[in-house]
Formats: sequence, C-alpha cells, structure tokens
Amino acid sequence: MDWLFFIEVSLAGIGAGSLYALTAIAFVLIYKATRVINLAIGEMLMVGAYLFFALGAGWSLSWWLAIPMALVGGGLLGMLLERGVIRPMLGENPISVFMVTIGLGSILVGTVELIWTSAPRSLPGFMPDEAIFIGEAFIAPNTFWGFVIAAVVIALFLLLFRFWRGGVALRATASDQGAAWAMGINVPAVYSLAWGLAGMIAAGSGILLGAMSGVSPEMAMFGLTVLVVVIVGGLDSVFGALLAGLLIGWMESVVGVYLGGEYEHLVTFILLMLVLLVRPWGLFGSHEIERL
Amino acid sequence: MSVLELEGISLGFGGVQALSGVDLAVEEGTITAVIGPNGAGKTSLFNVISGFYRPQQGRVLLEGRNLTRLRPPRRASLGLGRTFQNIALFRGMTVLDNVKLGAHVRMRTGVFSAMWYLGAARREEARVREEIEREVFDFLEIDHIRRHPVAALPYGLQKRVELARALAMRPKILMLDEPVAGMNREEKEDMARFILDVKEEWGITVLMVEHDMGMVMDISDRVHVLNFGQVIASGEPAVVQKNPGVIQAYLGSGDVNSLRERLMGESA
Repeated sequence: MDWLFFIEVSLAGIGAGSLYALTAIAFVLIYKATRVINLAIGEMLMVGAYLFFALGAGWSLSWWLAIPMALVGGGLLGMLLERGVIRPMLGENPISVFMVTIGLGSILVGTVELIWTSAPRSLPGFMPDEAIFIGEAFIAPNTFWGFVIAAVVIALFLLLFRFWRGGVALRATASDQGAAWAMGINVPAVYSLAWGLAGMIAAGSGILLGAMSGVSPEMAMFGLTVLVVVIVGGLDSVFGALLAGLLIGWMESVVGVYLGGEYEHLVTFILLMLVLLVRPWGLFGSHEIERL
Repeated sequence: MSVLELEGISLGFGGVQALSGVDLAVEEGTITAVIGPNGAGKTSLFNVISGFYRPQQGRVLLEGRNLTRLRPPRRASLGLGRTFQNIALFRGMTVLDNVKLGAHVRMRTGVFSAMWYLGAARREEARVREEIEREVFDFLEIDHIRRHPVAALPYGLQKRVELARALAMRPKILMLDEPVAGMNREEKEDMARFILDVKEEWGITVLMVEHDMGMVMDISDRVHVLNFGQVIASGEPAVVQKNPGVIQAYLGSGDVNSLRERLMGESA
C-alpha cells in the first residue's frame, strides 16, 4: 500500500469534511434554537455560493467586498425564511414544519435556476493557488485553505456560543424556551439570530465549496450528506457535528478513491443505518430527541 | 398598597373556562398564596401574570402599570420573576451560568453592543457576577455547588437554584409555582425559611401557588382560594381555613383523615 497516497487522499477527505462540519453547525444551530429540522440547508448554501458568483463574477466586485456581501445576503435570507415561513408555523406539528423546509428548498433551487440557469459556473478565485505540501503529501490549495477558513470560522463560532451573551441567550433558549422567555430573553429575536447566523455560515460553506468544486444547483445535494452528518453526530450536538463531518468527509474520500465513486454514498448511508441501529439519538445527541 | 392587581381576568381554552372574572390584589411586602384543588386554574393564573397566556378579558397591573399587552421578557424586566412547577433550569449549564442568566434582564449593555464593546460588557458581567456570588449564593447556601452542572444536582437543590435564578433578576414580585412540591420535610423547612427571608431581608413581595397546606398556613400573610377558575375566598390564612366554602371545595377533600375514612369505608 502506498502510504503517501493514502495520506493525500485522507487529507483531501478531511478538507471536504471540514465543509460538512461547518454546514452541519448551521443545521445544529437552527435545530437547537428552534427545534426545526431544516432540510433547506443545502439550498441555503447554494444560494450563498450564487450570491458570491453574482457579486464577484457578475458585478466584478473584488472578492473582499463580494464575500462579506454574500455572507450578509445569506444571513438575511435565513432571517427572512424564519420570519416569513417558519415563525407562522410555530406550534404546528414538527413534521409539517419539516415538510415546509423541503418545499423551501425546491423554491430556492427553482429561483436559482430561473436566474442563473442550471449550467455549472466557476467562482472567481480568492484563495492563494500555490501547491501546498505537508511533509511530502500534496493538498490542493483550495482544499487546504477551505479547511483553514472553516476551522477558523468554527473556532470563532464556538467562542461566540460559549462567551458572548447572545450565545448564552441562544443556549438558554435551546435548553428551555419557557424559562428563557420568563427570564427576560427575547425568544423571537433569538430565533431570528439563530437563522441569521446559520444562513451566514451556510453561505460561507457554499462559497468555500464553490471554490473547490464549482457552482451549480446540484450543490444543494450537499445538504443531504450534511443531514447524514448531523444525524450521525446527534442532531443537537455541535461537537458531534464537527466530528461526524470530518469522519464522513474522510470516509467518502477514501472509499471513493479505493472502491470507486459509486460507493461513496453507499458507505455513508450504511454508516447512518448502523448508527441509527445502535444509537438512534446519534453519537453525541441528547437522549430525549424525539422521533420524526 | 397593592403592587400587583388582577382585574376581571377571564381565560378560556376552547370550551374550557380556565379562569372567569378573577380579581386579585397582592399587597406590597407580603407573602400571598394562591391555593385550590387540582385544575382550579392556579398555574393558568400564573401564566397570565407572567404573560405566557393572554386573557380574553381583564387587566394585569404592576404598580398601576397595565401589563396586559406586554410580552414575557418585557414583564420580566419590569420586575416579575418566577419559578416553574416542573423545574425549568437550563440543563447542561452550570449553576453559576443559570443564575447569571437571571441577571440578564438587568444588564444595561445590549446583546449586540456586548459583542463590540467587549470591555464594558465584560466589566458589567464581572460586577453582576460578583454581586450574585456575594448576595444570592451566600443567602441560599449554594456557593459550594456553583460550578456544578445543574442536571446532576438533587431535586431539592435544583429547586433552590431556580429560586436563586429568580432572585438574581431582583424582581419586585417573586412568583413561586409550587416551591416545595416533591420535597422531603427538611427541604421544605429550608425552603420555607428562604421564602420568609426573601420577604423580610430582601423586601420582595412573594406570590406563590402551593399545595402544602402546612406551609401555606405557616408563612403566608394572605391566601386566595381558587376553584373552577373563580376566587371563592380571600383573607388571612386562619380565616380562610375556617371558610365553609373552602373546606368543602378543597380542604375537606384534601384532608388526609377524611380521605382515609372514605377509603376505609369503601373497602370495608
């Protein structure tokens, strides 16, 4: 066995996995704060990538202007979806809300196809493109920088979640809405905050993913693997999402190279089934997660 | 002077009338208890006061100010602190974090400015935290567990942490929903002592719903009795206790001896 090659494949997988982890955090954030299983997360990610494409390629803005604008756009989209669609559904059956997010996903894909057609596009480059070597192992620069950026964003997010008072309000709301409400925490504002932040994070992963593998409406399928990641990690566990994201990214890469691309998803879903059989609440989720 | 007044509160859920025309006044500096049989509307009344339910009719006045249209967080910042019947602590957080969240309403730096002006927000947090440790933790004797995650604490201590969180809000009125439910005798006595001290040392008006008649009669200054969503008696504990309507509605059927007699009679 060629160990160098194995390491290179693993590194590429972990790089891809960092994007799973990042997007999974957006998913977990929404789930924790509002108990909504948001199946439109992949589509939110795709919209973020297209926003960057429109600003960076369409309007030819430089990347340091286009990226923050796309992130803000993604955040606004998240808040808009929460305020306009999710909040009116408050108190409805969780399955209805879940179905609504599927519908939202289709609408977002449709809108993107109407505006930009379904042809694949490539994003303007914004990352350094010298080849990166760790020891002797080669990593594609986009994968490497994608990983670094994802790691920094995740670290920042964890710090915010832990120390910022808004993060504390978020955790309190996640833990007990009624009590948070009675303690003077503005719960609807926390909902907006959670969806806004999640929209921003999703847009960020969309831009990174787009930089690695191009932009097309099919990017939304990324959300499906993210769903597997969060179920494996435990719907409400940030740590679980991180670990499962890296694990599944690595697994897909290794399996794809050594067994062939058609096995990638097979192995992912076998893992999902195994985890569901042994620990239905995920590796790190809390036990009381209800069944859907 | 009444610090909290309810005027003609009516609340229905579909066909069920939970509260009908409830008038109730809480005098400043008292411990006021609301009692009544199960399903009498006590918790509904609490939820109307703290704003979880919006009554179809009537007004809630805090120091003469109409709260009826305000949402719970606003009411909390105006001085309504409460605990819940089933402990509603933030599980997964430490005792200190839980209690600090009670002080959330008192922070003057906003949530967003807290991100930009980390210095000022940090200082304010440190000050509030120091205040909490000095006053609330010492008072409730929970200083030794402040780093513990709340979920791992025994029931009686969890109840006490919930009280601490409500006190950290520095409320004008402290609402306690069954503060001693499910406690053993010793825990009950501790809690009763704390509630009395809250009134006497902190000068906070207490409004509580409680089933434990012994405790209600011991520490309350006034008692209101609810039955089928209506106030059927109000007054000092000793007076209410003797009210025939109350005995019939509540004390009679709740009395252990008469219950035992009835049960024995049936089995014999």
